[in-house]
Amino acid sequence: MDDILLLEEVERYLRGEMSNEERILFETNRKNNAELDQLVVEHTYFLQGLETFGSIKTFKNSLTEVEAQLISEGIIGLSPLSGKAKIVYLWKKHKRNIAVAASIAGFISILASGLIVSFTSKMGNENYRVLVDQINKTNREVNKLKSIDAIEKSGTTKPEVDFRATGFLIDRKGYLITNAHVISRMKNIYIENRKGEFFKAEALYSDKEVDLAILKITDTAFKAVSSLPYSIKKENAELGEQFFTLGFPRNEIVYGEGYLSAESGSDGDSSAYQLNVSANPGNSGGPVINGKGEIIGIITAKDSKADGVVYAAKSRNIITLLDKLKKSDNQFQVIKIPNKTELKKLDRVHQVKKMEEYVFMVVGN
Amino acid sequence: MLDLGYYFRHLRINNRIVDILEQEQILLKGLAGSDKNSIELIYRDNYSSIQSFVLNNNGSVDDARDIFQEAMIVLFENVGKDTFKLNCQIKTYLYSVCRRLWLKRLQQLGKYNFNLENLVDIVPVDAEIEDHEKRNDDFNLMENAMSKIGEPCKSLLDAYYLQKKNMQELALEFGYTNADNAKTQKYKCLLRLKKIFFAQYKYT
Repeated sequence: MDDILLLEEVERYLRGEMSNEERILFETNRKNNAELDQLVVEHTYFLQGLETFGSIKTFKNSLTEVEAQLISEGIIGLSPLSGKAKIVYLWKKHKRNIAVAASIAGFISILASGLIVSFTSKMGNENYRVLVDQINKTNREVNKLKSIDAIEKSGTTKPEVDFRATGFLIDRKGYLITNAHVISRMKNIYIENRKGEFFKAEALYSDKEVDLAILKITDTAFKAVSSLPYSIKKENAELGEQFFTLGFPRNEIVYGEGYLSAESGSDGDSSAYQLNVSANPGNSGGPVINGKGEIIGIITAKDSKADGVVYAAKSRNIITLLDKLKKSDNQFQVIKIPNKTELKKLDRVHQVKKMEEYVFMVVGN
Repeated sequence: MLDLGYYFRHLRINNRIVDILEQEQILLKGLAGSDKNSIELIYRDNYSSIQSFVLNNNGSVDDARDIFQEAMIVLFENVGKDTFKLNCQIKTYLYSVCRRLWLKRLQQLGKYNFNLENLVDIVPVDAEIEDHEKRNDDFNLMENAMSKIGEPCKSLLDAYYLQKKNMQELALEFGYTNADNAKTQKYKCLLRLKKIFFAQYKYT
């Protein structure tokens, strides 16, 4: 309480709200009391910081709005489609429809056979297991009970959850990356944050070849975050590089750490890495982050027989995929992947604390 | 070179014919107040030349957007200062800032071998960029601290210090019985924010 009164006095003094006598008394105190003097200096500095912070934040918001408008007008970033490019564009669009049709077919056959967690791999390796969690009934009941509180607060109703995996933001406006195999089983996709709030999302694109999907949170309740503290690495990561992961093998965020054990994935797949880390159903789509705060990969699968053999799609696949999409489809123009990391100087605990706000549960039915 | 459209579009402001220097003063004033129309006009007139520069120098469209935004923030930070006087056109200033920011980033990525100290700007901006980087660190620390204090503290401080609402308004908005209660709560939150802010300040 004393602290509060003192702070109030300091603010009144700084704002010039004191009467003459009060001010003279305060200044005498300040001269005789080094601690008070320091507090005044510190608080002046802090309030200035707060002021600057506010004005830059407002300015940044205006910048982003103007930018979004100019992108939609095509003034930023777009080169007009030439005749040839148009044909490629149409073909790609067509191809995507085929891919969607194929994934629906796959979904039905998986449901019919009842095999959900362990469908065998793209590479013909029978031990290749993707890491989506199928929630069983008991678990679901428990989750229901747990989330009643959260629903009351957020006002949204909790959807039926059959599958759970992980995803992370690649753009502050609510664009996420997860695995293609995660969403291929979901009819309705939701993103759940750590407070237990759900947001409706839709898949903008999914590429089964590299096993990546781009999601957009379409829910109006979702507020864009101010910035992302990590970057996405364009170059290959090194053999032996240490990293950490965040994901949802449980209904709660789980931290893991490990090292890069091979520069290619299952059966020599050069678009993936082999990692030594513990990963379980639900980890799919989770980010693999190195010590500098760069995302180097996305967890996709593990070997069901070998211990600690986990596969991750290389992060440069995100960049290549987006570059490709931006050329053919305007809706991807607004996605701006983060290229600055603020995590470099932090220790691991602080890195994780910062990261976990941007890693979400991807759930659906 | 300026294209003619530039003059045409800006020739009349508030139905008054103004010369290019006056136009720029009006734009800068608008920028200082985060006015979207001014920001938009500056974007329209300058972005494309910056994008070509970045694309021609090993960068992507995303890099160009990033660099341009950052240069706008540098300009914004400086227009707010009483001591700042722009001795050249906005275009020249933004180009110099972007060039330096981009070469710096290339150098950090190891793609550019050149001593930046020898780089001669069209207008000197190196000191301003250094200032900006310090301020940017502070901005990130404050943002981080803000994100950690939780609700209702975050909204309360935001409303008081950033949106400049008074205690009566705060009491009403946040459901405190009177202005004094709101005030006590605000100071509690402020103490918490300070503690988190200075803790990480010492840490880095």
